[in-house]
Amino acid sequence: MANRFAQALTSLGEKVTSRIWRLGFAARFLFMTLVYSGTALRRFQLTIREIYFSGVQSLIIIMVSGLFVGMVLGLQGYDTLQRYGSSEALGILVALSLVRELGPVVAALLFASRAGSAITAEIGLMKATEQLSAMEMMAVNPIARVVAPRFWAGVISMPMLAALFSAMGIFGGYLVGVQLIGVDEGSFWSQMQATVDFREDIINGVIKSFVFGIIISWIAVFEGYDSEPTAEGVSGATTRTVVTSSLAILAADFILTALMFRGF
Amino acid sequence: MSSTPLVKLSNVNFTYGSRPILTGINLEIPRGKVVAIMGSSGCGKTTTLRLIGGQLKPSSGEVRVADQVVHDLDADGLYRLRRRMGMLFQFGALFTDMSVYDNVAFQMREHTDLPETLIHDLVLMKLNAVGLRGAHALMPSELSGGMARRVALARAVALDPMLMMYDEPFAGLDPISLSVIGELIRKLNDALGASSIVVTHDVQESLKIVDYVYFVSEGKIVAEGTAEEIKKSRTPYVHQFVWGEADGPVPFHYPAKTYREQIVDRAVRRG
Repeated sequence: MANRFAQALTSLGEKVTSRIWRLGFAARFLFMTLVYSGTALRRFQLTIREIYFSGVQSLIIIMVSGLFVGMVLGLQGYDTLQRYGSSEALGILVALSLVRELGPVVAALLFASRAGSAITAEIGLMKATEQLSAMEMMAVNPIARVVAPRFWAGVISMPMLAALFSAMGIFGGYLVGVQLIGVDEGSFWSQMQATVDFREDIINGVIKSFVFGIIISWIAVFEGYDSEPTAEGVSGATTRTVVTSSLAILAADFILTALMFRGF
Repeated sequence: MSSTPLVKLSNVNFTYGSRPILTGINLEIPRGKVVAIMGSSGCGKTTTLRLIGGQLKPSSGEVRVADQVVHDLDADGLYRLRRRMGMLFQFGALFTDMSVYDNVAFQMREHTDLPETLIHDLVLMKLNAVGLRGAHALMPSELSGGMARRVALARAVALDPMLMMYDEPFAGLDPISLSVIGELIRKLNDALGASSIVVTHDVQESLKIVDYVYFVSEGKIVAEGTAEEIKKSRTPYVHQFVWGEADGPVPFHYPAKTYREQIVDRAVRRG
């Protein structure tokens, strides 16, 4: 019995230390990515190319999802607001929900699934097929040439995608609220314009999406680079990217919201 | 030309954790020669290549390339040395998101300031040398295994390296491609005035093109000599390897319990 308990404790200790070790490795990897970012920024066409693959190619899913989320918000918001006779405040509800929370968070979750997983799979397969080793043997640093452009592409794309998500959502809310249900168009837009604060709401939303961009890109490039060079290893790394990114986004959102509400 | 060997491994030991991979390796690669490192899978051949390329550091001993101790170099020094090396990976390791042309141009664009017009001419010359000038616009996914290996070869010699390293260049090739790659290794080595290391277990093809052979078994060099000496060798391991005998010093059976223990006794225990 005591032996079994000792074994369980040892196994738990090994798991915890290996997680801490991996976290340290990930932090060091992020540091190296930042140190070797010169190539990604100096030869910006490398980063532009990755912005096309991770950002531009995510546009469809982001915009369509934003539209539907906005439409649902319009329906649900109207249903609640009209009970209190304040259905003209629908514009405020839709806009604040989107720019403060849903835009950055849902766009980040979609970006992690669409682009984060693709980045991990691509880097993982490059490792499995010895492309990264070949690059090293050609005296080209893979962190500078492969990792950093993908990292910065994610960081740059994320706030833009979140902004587009919110814009499409507001348009969806307008379609349902104004065009379908018949809320007054003037009050929908004017109340939104009067209430949504640029600094408090929009900039805070942009800060959130920027932080989410760093988190997703960091996890995606790290998981790809650290994956086992086998089919199973790449598949596991891709799954970990989506799961870890999603949890990290939600946790970071809570922390950021708490800080922003307290006016930091 | 200097008479000192281009590559020299002196009493090199390498361990993964506590598992010894290489023990007391001493070998030399003379300038201008093609040298093969042979041995069965997992004997430490590729590890030797990685030590020479600086991808691994020896546990003890010294790895010298062009009079520099590889494992003592800092990152910049190692990258400077690697610019003078070329490596052909087992399955080519072509960049799958780039065309054949861009793969060959990769190092020229990364390491030189040559104008694009000159790079264009150089790339086509390198591709012509491996017989694939007409395939410059293809993507790696459109190439056969043999073609991919030839493109990788053109890429590896893009900057006219002083040392070429080949990791299993003949693996998985049909007889024609195998012969083409073998001839290219020899011709490119002589044309570039380079030195080459061929890590392989394809005995017949490699003995046609190499000047000297080292045989590695269980992390140790067990035999060495010219191709002719190796063919005539009476060393049991070399003889088994060269003539492809199923049983010998490398046993046919994986270590196991005796038949009696594994089948008869078990049946008795089951009643």
